[in-house]
Amino acid sequence: MGKEEATPDAGEWVRLMLRIRDERDRAAFAALFRHFAPRVKGFLMKSGADAALAEECAQDVMTTLWNKAHLFDPSRASVATWIFTIARNRRIDLLRRDRRPEPEDLPWGPEAEPDQEDALALQQESERLRAALKALPEAQRELIERAYWGDVSHSEIAAETGLPLGTIKSRIRLALDRLRHAMK
Amino acid sequence: MEETIHHHIGDDLLMGYSAGTLPEAFSLMVAAHLSLCDTCRAAVAAYDAVGGALIEDDGVEMTEGSIEHALARIELASAPEPVPERKRCAVLPAPLADYVGGDLASVKWRPVGMGVRQAILPTSGKATARLLYIPAGASVPDHGHGGRELTMVLQGAFSDEIASFARGDVETADESIVHTPIADVGADCICLAVTDAPLRFRSLIPRLIQPFLKI
Ligand SMILES: [Zn+2]
Ligand SMILES: [Zn+2]
Repeated sequence: MGKEEATPDAGEWVRLMLRIRDERDRAAFAALFRHFAPRVKGFLMKSGADAALAEECAQDVMTTLWNKAHLFDPSRASVATWIFTIARNRRIDLLRRDRRPEPEDLPWGPEAEPDQEDALALQQESERLRAALKALPEAQRELIERAYWGDVSHSEIAAETGLPLGTIKSRIRLALDRLRHAMK
Repeated sequence: MEETIHHHIGDDLLMGYSAGTLPEAFSLMVAAHLSLCDTCRAAVAAYDAVGGALIEDDGVEMTEGSIEHALARIELASAPEPVPERKRCAVLPAPLADYVGGDLASVKWRPVGMGVRQAILPTSGKATARLLYIPAGASVPDHGHGGRELTMVLQGAFSDEIASFARGDVETADESIVHTPIADVGADCICLAVTDAPLRFRSLIPRLIQPFLKI
């Protein structure tokens, strides 16, 4: 993906995000765009969008990130998680043409200045979660991915893979148990 | 936040809400429940984090010039969008108030028999969401489940053969479950019910359950 660069950690993404929020820093935006726009595009393509639509949509998602930077709260989500939720909502809009009901007290609503330590702990947790996902057995990881990417139900996966529905459900459950265990 | 919720939404639906793959009516149920339940809200936040970790993994290169395009777009962006104020209602959590277009007084009830009323909410696709109004002591007219049914109490309480349910509690029923939900005598019961197959109210004629309810 473009020039080789050391992969910044989750904390670096947060610092960039806060520079957008507080200083409307365009260089910070460009850095986040370089890293995340291709990932959002990939996510949307795995969900069934063609390349052109996925690219347009990734642009929208990154513009939303700029416009809603004041709602980002590093003690509640990593930058990757926040971007995932924006991209997911855009996908529901676009590919499914559904509304997305959100709970009361928006999870990203502005609140008291987030606690620095909470924010740090959350970024560390999100890195552990990534590692734990990578460590999952292939078959389990793949089912989790499909549950997130696709508009496919468990029964559709069952029909396609020939695996019994019960097996799919128990594999997903097993994968989630492993993740929970790894996060203890 | 109420700590009094004993019946939650299943993990598969919470994960589906996070992944964004549920029919709209089920998303509405989850959003309404999360508005009252911190436990499930935390679970959804964890599933969102899984989505974040997955999206980090690999991408598809953007076309030439995409970043300049993006920078030009944010140049045009106006001031940060304010978060719109949502309607408040003591009975309906905000996502439901959004669908009703106001508070409880705005609900357009239709009778379904035996004093029970319903209002179908405008959701798309493969599932249906409805508000149910069950007078105190009355029972939901006998109905069969063609698929999955989730029922969440918004006001009052009801009981059936399986358990008792109060505000925020969700009962999950499917084809295998036969039940006769009866509203507690203390207050009229209002519920959100979501189904992925048509609810089949068998008859509008009072059935044999009614005499037992007025004790
Ligand atoms: Zn719950
Ligand atoms: Zn039922």
